[in-house]
Amino acid sequence: MTAIGWFQILLYCVVVVALVQPLGWYMTRVFSGERTFLSPVLRPVEAAIYWIGGVDERREQHWLTYTVAMLLFHVGGFLIIYGLMRLQAALPFNPAGQSAVAEDLSFNTAISFLTNTNWQNYGGESTLSYLVQMLGLTHQNFLSAATGVALALALIRGFSRASVRTVGNFWVDVTRCTLYVLLPICVVYSLFLVWQGMPQTLGGYVDATTLEGAKQTIALGPVASQVAIKMLGTNGGGFFNANAAHPFENPTALSNFVQMVSIFAIGAALTNVFGRMVGNQRQGWAILAVMGVLFIAGVAVTYWAEANGTTMMQALSLTGGNMEGKEVRFGIPASSLFAVITTAASCGAVNAMHDSFTALGGMIPLINMQLGEVIVGGVGAGLYGMLLFVILSIFVAGLMVGRTPEYVGKKIEAREVKMAMLAILVLPLMYLGWTAVAVVFPPAVASMANAGPHGFTEVLYAYTSSTGNNGSAFAGLTGNTFFYNLTLASAMFVGRFFMIVPAMAIAGSLAGKKSIPPSAGTFPTTGGLFVGLVVGVILIIGGLTFFPALALGPIVEQLAMTAGTLF
Amino acid sequence: MLREIRPAILVLLALTLITGVAYPLAMTGVAGAIFPKQAQGSLIERDGKVIGSALIGQEFKSDKYFHGRLSATLAPDPADSSKTVAAPYNAANSSGSNLGPTSKALADRLKEDVKKLKAENPSSPVPVDLVTTSASGLDPDISPDAALFQVPRVAKARNMPEARVRDLVAENTQGRLLGLLGEPRVNVLSLNLALDAAAPQ
Repeated sequence: MTAIGWFQILLYCVVVVALVQPLGWYMTRVFSGERTFLSPVLRPVEAAIYWIGGVDERREQHWLTYTVAMLLFHVGGFLIIYGLMRLQAALPFNPAGQSAVAEDLSFNTAISFLTNTNWQNYGGESTLSYLVQMLGLTHQNFLSAATGVALALALIRGFSRASVRTVGNFWVDVTRCTLYVLLPICVVYSLFLVWQGMPQTLGGYVDATTLEGAKQTIALGPVASQVAIKMLGTNGGGFFNANAAHPFENPTALSNFVQMVSIFAIGAALTNVFGRMVGNQRQGWAILAVMGVLFIAGVAVTYWAEANGTTMMQALSLTGGNMEGKEVRFGIPASSLFAVITTAASCGAVNAMHDSFTALGGMIPLINMQLGEVIVGGVGAGLYGMLLFVILSIFVAGLMVGRTPEYVGKKIEAREVKMAMLAILVLPLMYLGWTAVAVVFPPAVASMANAGPHGFTEVLYAYTSSTGNNGSAFAGLTGNTFFYNLTLASAMFVGRFFMIVPAMAIAGSLAGKKSIPPSAGTFPTTGGLFVGLVVGVILIIGGLTFFPALALGPIVEQLAMTAGTLF
Repeated sequence: MLREIRPAILVLLALTLITGVAYPLAMTGVAGAIFPKQAQGSLIERDGKVIGSALIGQEFKSDKYFHGRLSATLAPDPADSSKTVAAPYNAANSSGSNLGPTSKALADRLKEDVKKLKAENPSSPVPVDLVTTSASGLDPDISPDAALFQVPRVAKARNMPEARVRDLVAENTQGRLLGLLGEPRVNVLSLNLALDAAAPQ
């Protein structure tokens, strides 16, 4: 570890925190329907969309209607991606002549982009046409992110409103998030990325003759426009197979830094939106503090482990850390930091190959996802995930003192706690359940690239990542098989919607409750005690759930590595 | 509930056209006008022929050139398209080795490569980035240490004084951005081009 490495990490945290208030202020205005400096340009577009869709922007929806609207929106999104992938050979913008994508892979990819997972069983440059990348994937990158934000807003309104039946209008929330938040940032952001060296062209792949006379085919495409939203919307699906490690998808140290900031920007700012909407910004800062504690702890472990390198490298006196599967322009600190950020948020973009990380360095990304991706988390999804843990923590605190728990003026009762538990328990059911099936099913075992405990970790990582809608991988695992395409898709589906529906039920039930003013007996939720309690609840629930599985994977591998055992 | 079906189709289509067609095409037009070189992939031409991209590494095997990092990229086997064969620096199929910290295959490869490099230059420690594969398989850079390590070999093969080659390495070394971000690095292709320009073969 070096001082300059730690300085980069510190600088990153400072920039993210500095963006929280301005972005939170702007988003709060947008979602309350107030005018912003972009309204003169965007308001006519927004009004046109409502007119075409027959949406009355003043008519709000019951939580159930809101949820149904969201689900219907996904049905259409699925059909667009699946159809485009199956038909790409016959459609335009296909200079590399890619053939139709197989049924199971198309199914997996459609579910994957719909659920904001963006798991890559496909290799971008070797499988997809430019049309699919733009019309299929770029558009769904926007919409799945906007959906996440919309759902978080609905839940926030559940807390901030009193005695009402409605939680907002799904169509309005999605349209506003796309037009006023995501699109303007992406326009500026993609130009910045092109300036740094990212291609943005519809021209075909280029054949070069290298200095030594060999032929090198260089894949190109409309990369920057997709990468901007892939990062900002915590989608993470790469234009290229190697994702943000590819020099075209992340050309410089500066592009890397800005990409890392953009992963956290919206998710972190949503805590501020929460604070503003419930009338006390300190409530938002307290939640961000919980995330910050867990984040810094993860970065420290991964950076330390990667900088130390592996036993086999130390034995050969190779210094400079574990550079297998990493790029020189990022080095150890920026690769370790990126890995922790991308799994803390549900982004899943990678600038280094997690499969080649040391056992402990690779365990932190795994734990981040297993904690439910609540450390900032996916845009929207992170906040509603974290609020579920907050509800549980408040419930636990209430039990300790024998009082009805309350949070930002709302009584937390049996219905909320049951729904929160349902959402939290369904995730381990998916990733532990499918991992257990896969490791005893011979064709699934054959997909592992590494032997020994590392192979087990590859499978556990795959199901954890898909259930958490993350999308990063221990990429040695051959995921493009019939078994994995279907089971991973089911994990992504359950991981997304079985979390969303209970969260929406909580939103509806909270919105209908009266708001009670704080009294002498109210547990203060803006202080260090609250932060410590939530961190504790997250770690205890997480630890009890997945520690046994980790013991079979990264933990035993770490012991084997120090003992010099190879597989 | 039924009245949500119309927006589910039409709002979706409207947003799809904006984000999936208008946005990427507009960005392509604007980027192509403002940053034409980068937008086309930062291609480098010599004598009117494309010899590569400034951002994409390429394979160097000759002693006369500096070598880049190891690349684990693959290509379809010409004999059997269901299988793949090693094809280093395949810029149409990026990927890493994905070998883990207890992989015997990785340990064997490291041992072999370290032995080879030690024989080439016994006086310096072997830099780790010269014996490890990059994440993309297309890393255009090596560390300054890894470039300096190869100076004796290249100087000998080209019949150049080592000091001159070392100067070229220094000229092609990029530091951290503002002294803070990223890692110091040497772009292998630009270094080798400078080498060719300094001492035509």
